Amino acid sequence: MSVNKTAQSGVNVNGSSVSGSGTNQPHLPIYLDYQATTPCDPRVVEAMLPYFTEKFGNPHSRNHSFGWDAEEGVEKARRQVASIIGADEKEVIFTSGATESNNLALKGVAHFHKDKKNHIITTVTEHKCILDSCRHLEMEGFKVTYLPVQQNGLIDLEQLKAAITDKTVIVSIMAVNNEIGVIQPLAEIGKICRERGVYFHTDAAQAVGKIPLDVNAMNIDMMSISGHKIYGPKGVGALYVRRKPRVRLEALIHGGGQERGMRSGTLPTPLCVGLGEACAIAEREMGAEVERLKYLRDRMYNKIKEQLPEVYLNGDLEQRIPGNLNISFAYVEGEGLMMGIKDLAVSSGSACTSASLEPSYVLRALGVEEELAHTSLRLGIGRFTTEQDVDYAVEHIVQSVNRLRAMSPLWEMAQEGIDIKSIQWAEH
Amino acid sequence: MAYSNQLLDHYDNPRNVGTLDKGDDTVGTGLVGAPACGDVMKLQIKVGADGRIEDAKFKTFGCGSAIASSSLATEWVKGKTLAEAEQIKNTQIAQELSLPPVKIHCSVLAEDAIKAAIKDYREKHKSSDSKAAE
Repeated sequence: MSVNKTAQSGVNVNGSSVSGSGTNQPHLPIYLDYQATTPCDPRVVEAMLPYFTEKFGNPHSRNHSFGWDAEEGVEKARRQVASIIGADEKEVIFTSGATESNNLALKGVAHFHKDKKNHIITTVTEHKCILDSCRHLEMEGFKVTYLPVQQNGLIDLEQLKAAITDKTVIVSIMAVNNEIGVIQPLAEIGKICRERGVYFHTDAAQAVGKIPLDVNAMNIDMMSISGHKIYGPKGVGALYVRRKPRVRLEALIHGGGQERGMRSGTLPTPLCVGLGEACAIAEREMGAEVERLKYLRDRMYNKIKEQLPEVYLNGDLEQRIPGNLNISFAYVEGEGLMMGIKDLAVSSGSACTSASLEPSYVLRALGVEEELAHTSLRLGIGRFTTEQDVDYAVEHIVQSVNRLRAMSPLWEMAQEGIDIKSIQWAEH
Repeated sequence: MAYSNQLLDHYDNPRNVGTLDKGDDTVGTGLVGAPACGDVMKLQIKVGADGRIEDAKFKTFGCGSAIASSSLATEWVKGKTLAEAEQIKNTQIAQELSLPPVKIHCSVLAEDAIKAAIKDYREKHKSSDSKAAE
């Protein structure tokens, strides 16, 4: 199968618009932060538009065609979401996004079952909405086990088995990590949970459309989905909730009983339609897109490695979605590096980039030493990234790293053969 | 992060990047910060016979604010006596660069770096000073 190296035509997310791909000079700035969010695919926007001004009815209005038209759009979207994860449409409920889905999955299940079971298992590398929901549940009296991860970012299945007790109600493990892109062994986790009679929830925000997902083959009981991570609109997501065997949960949001009583509120029809269309496109194009992104990602990584010594990949290279690279450039601090590549939109695991001045907890969980965590960059490529974008990015990253290494006392010491770890640094 | 033009200027065109001979008698070297914190500054001064700092060099591992703070520090110490250089306050650096509140600590580190370089120089000359006093 030949790899289509050109991006989707008709879209340019970098700077000003252009028609068709194939231009030699990338448009600046170049977006390389696809794990943070994605632009809407123009086909998604096109599908959504009629529902703003023409088919604007309330999808729950039963008595007139405005309502029926809106409902039709929503139900089609529901089927499209169900399809990409191998679920039944009755098992998909729409939410405002993966954060809400994660809150609902954890709190909803925990509260429903609290009289019999009060233990939750998750991992240290989850997204903050999972971790913070767990902390909140801990304050309510639930017990939470935060499984560590290995150096490659994956959990140890034996540790999971050992952690499950007869009080465990749910295991929540993200399918793909947002910072390092590593893919957890979902089928194996699902098998363990099914054997032990424990619900398996997975935050699949970064996984849908990037890896094949099948809730039945993988024994997944609940799954969180995010619109804006798969070229859909922001403000919408979904939660898959298994019906056979039935997952019981308490709603977080009460009201008119929409979404089978699990999530009240008038559905945002255009957003639902957008999410559905995004899933449909992803399902059709995932195979080819994965090939293309893998080619680009490997090109980027290899070119960087060829030109720069002492670069380290954070997280497993193989068990990883193709659109993600997370690299530490030793002796060069991340925020300083980002300032030198102003034409590239990326993010870093450095403390200096966070308002709290704490370095990335995900990198720390991998065992990445603090000084390397400060030197990390996350590069995320996606549907509209071109080969020119990648080559331009590599050139400028290499240039900036070299410039900053020439300015770095740590690089100087390393060149002189001084063991930096042996120095007594004055804490400040 | 929205940085001031002065800061961006120091980042794009840093002054006095480089290294002086640590072993040289006229050179004082200050090394402050810690890699684990994401901030390390090496600031060196060369003191002339007249007691004034005639040259200064720096190298920094850190964010844009850290680089700019240390670059500015080397600019400011040149031509000053040790006593005058010691008067440089982090608040002045922060003000000149319009550092955002979360980055003030970078200017503190730059002030520390100046003082550390001066201290190192003084220590090298402690024995010869006391000899001169005899």
